[in-house]
Amino acid sequence: MDIFTAIVQILDSTIRLSVPLLLACLAGLYSERAGVFDIGLEGKMLVGAFAGAAAASVFHSAFLGLGMAILISVVFALIHGFASITHRGNQIVSGVAINFIAAGSTIMLGQHWFQQGGRTPALAPGERFEAITWPGVDAVRDVPIIGPIYSELISGHSILVYIAFLMVPFTWWVLFRTRFGLRLRAVGENPAAVDTAGISVAWLRYRALICTGILTGVAGAYLSMVQNGGFVKDMTAGKGYIALAALIFAKWKPVNAMFACLLFGFLDALSIRLQGTPLPLIGKVPVQFMQALPYVLTVILLAGFIGKAIPPRAGGVPYVKER
Amino acid sequence: MAQAAIELIGINKSFGAVRANRDINLEIVRGTIHGIVGENGAGKSTLMSILYGFYQADSGEIRVGGQPASIKTPNDAIALGIGMVHQHFMLVDNFSVLENVILGAESDALLKKSIAKARSELERLEREYGLEVDPDAIIEELPVGLQQRVEILKALYRGAEILILDEPTGVLTPAEADHLFRILKQLKEQGKTVVLITHKLREIMAITDTVSVMRQGTMVATRETKKTTVEELAELMVGRRVLLRVEKGEAEAGGVKLAVKNLTVKDSRGVTMVDDVSFDLRAGEIVGIAGVAGNGQSELLEAISGIRHAVSGSVMLDGRPIDLTGKADPGELRDRGLAHVPEDRHHVGLVLAFEENENSILGYHDDPRYLKGPLLNIEAIRNDAKDKITKYDIRPADCRLKTANFSGGNQQKIVLAREMEQDPGVLIVGQPTRGVDVGAIEFIHKRLIAMRDQGKAVLVVSVELDEIRSLSDRILVMFAGRIVGERGPEATEGELGLLMAGVEQREAAE
Ligand SMILES: Nc1ncnc2c1ncn2[C@@H]1O[C@H](COP(=O)(O)OP(=O)(O)OP(=O)(O)O)[C@@H](O)[C@H]1O
Ligand SMILES: [Mg+2]
Repeated sequence: MDIFTAIVQILDSTIRLSVPLLLACLAGLYSERAGVFDIGLEGKMLVGAFAGAAAASVFHSAFLGLGMAILISVVFALIHGFASITHRGNQIVSGVAINFIAAGSTIMLGQHWFQQGGRTPALAPGERFEAITWPGVDAVRDVPIIGPIYSELISGHSILVYIAFLMVPFTWWVLFRTRFGLRLRAVGENPAAVDTAGISVAWLRYRALICTGILTGVAGAYLSMVQNGGFVKDMTAGKGYIALAALIFAKWKPVNAMFACLLFGFLDALSIRLQGTPLPLIGKVPVQFMQALPYVLTVILLAGFIGKAIPPRAGGVPYVKER
Repeated sequence: MAQAAIELIGINKSFGAVRANRDINLEIVRGTIHGIVGENGAGKSTLMSILYGFYQADSGEIRVGGQPASIKTPNDAIALGIGMVHQHFMLVDNFSVLENVILGAESDALLKKSIAKARSELERLEREYGLEVDPDAIIEELPVGLQQRVEILKALYRGAEILILDEPTGVLTPAEADHLFRILKQLKEQGKTVVLITHKLREIMAITDTVSVMRQGTMVATRETKKTTVEELAELMVGRRVLLRVEKGEAEAGGVKLAVKNLTVKDSRGVTMVDDVSFDLRAGEIVGIAGVAGNGQSELLEAISGIRHAVSGSVMLDGRPIDLTGKADPGELRDRGLAHVPEDRHHVGLVLAFEENENSILGYHDDPRYLKGPLLNIEAIRNDAKDKITKYDIRPADCRLKTANFSGGNQQKIVLAREMEQDPGVLIVGQPTRGVDVGAIEFIHKRLIAMRDQGKAVLVVSVELDEIRSLSDRILVMFAGRIVGERGPEATEGELGLLMAGVEQREAAE
């Protein structure tokens, strides 16, 4: 039974760790499916995390914090759009610029406003999103197998976790079942076809970027208001890039994206769990090795174990009218 | 009195220094098929793109059904009942037919309802106009003829009363083109108006009621089709008399330059596309490969030029074998004197984002003529490009212009000039005059024959029977991957047509 508990615990932290990845990955999915590469997921998450924690601690409201996280993240998405859609700038350069601005401005404003070395004040209970306990948890807790699964894995997460996982079928539905989704996919494949069909390419891409901004905002809020009780500088720690890797790994499909993010989350959880624990045959594995594992795996997977990943055909190319 | 569906009054449009349309006046009568012909770069596509709202005219007025119309976006044009089939299709390749048809004209925010509605509407259009196509097929898996049908369906689905087709037959097989014309006639009978741009004067004579001629951005004449001739139209287009069939002397075939033996090629799905093909190509002769598109000619060309893997067989160039693994070094083949003009110039022949002069030496960039030490000799390259522009009459005569901004026919001339001017021993050409105007066809044919007379070996693949017959010293007919017959240049169209349809083969088997 001990092993079973350990597994449930690892899976539980897998869920917690994969949520920010999943939100960012779905965010990237909207913009990349529309033909706009977005390397600035990292930066948008970071400003979202900062804006969320700052607003929550100032206004003493978790939901105001979330709203501010989304708002600021959307603003950054629109800046990316202005540079790369309206002015047809290079999407990678614009994304990198966003990341730099985010890293610098969060620390600077944080220090200026709160004087805690770039941190925001620790959030009080009402200012962060608390875990939701599902009905009947106490009743089933002692039932073997089902009990721990229900009470640990399914119940006991914050609302943002459920939102993140609900976003998977929702995104799938938007993409493949609605008019907006059809146009969004079309503009990422052949914007000229969209243009000649009488739809504005720019406005469509802007709307895709707004979706991206909303989701990275939620991802940022999760980092600073759920996982952590406040903002810490550079707290995204490369999650935006891992989310991009997961997106490629998932071949730009929502359900695949969920599994990819769960896999990366699982490796992360495993590495935390196994730190300092001797493994049979191998002995004690250095911490650094376990921490590097998700990244090593990303490289290996991307280097050819996932088959051919065909990106949206018009991805990365600003649209210019031309035959 | 016949009513005008569209009137264009004083239309002007410039791209930088290029005046693509100047002071164009044109009236298109409702319920007719109106042809527009003109040289490459005359401004036909530009004019139609203005009518469709894809470009904005610098000045001028458009009237639709007698009412002044302001067409700022394709949406405005669609709302006025104007539909367009572009020269390069505007389809999303990995979408289904239905998805492409409804894109931008969805009847509902949810796809399910829109698709259901489109499905029944497509069935109706299919019945009415004979536009059969599987609504659930994925575009990239359809042959071009059917892709084009999807474009027509798209326009009709949006309620188009006026349909513009820009060079619709350039990519079609003769049978597909016939089918298209039947559809267009049907549309006309239903009272729709059709505008047809084409380089094939025979098509103009066969199907249009009125024809307008453009030259260098201006509208030079409008004629009733019944009252004009192919010769007159050709002269109006080019501004001088044109030889529709180039004169040539007897071939003096020399030694074998290229020997193809038992060549077999399969496509990516393992279907045999070229089946045990053998032939020789000699110095000083032009061999034409005729056949309906899709019978293995493209694959044969690609295998010979070293870019497609051949399962078995051999190809000898001047007695030495060519690497048939599909990984041959194209540079090495060029050094050995084999030049190749690919069929698909957009994807294989050109880098559209490059300047014209860069494309005009692409693949020959390590030739010492274009180098200055380890660097490119930009001046030499540009001078060389300017020479080719003059010699091949490429328009506009600007070697710094981005290649994408040249008209379709002029892009073809850029590729031809590059390969022919290298003076190769063996020249392999796929569809040499696809999308090229009559004046340029005459020029290209003359050049090819001149190369032959200099003792070069030329292999031409074309779906245009006229072209094959007027160029070739020997004609090989391909059907279902095999060479089913060899004929001399005196072979009649009917005879070749039967061979191309695989008829004789079946008779022989009985
Ligand atoms: N987007 C553009 N930018 C700059 N120049 C352009 C652009 N589009 C067209 N042109 C130029 O305008 C002129 C007219 O081009 P257009 O495509 O209308 O010719 P066309 O009559 O359709 O020729 P073709 O028969 O070869 O298709 C050409 O000289 C072309 O180079
Ligand atoms: Mg054209």
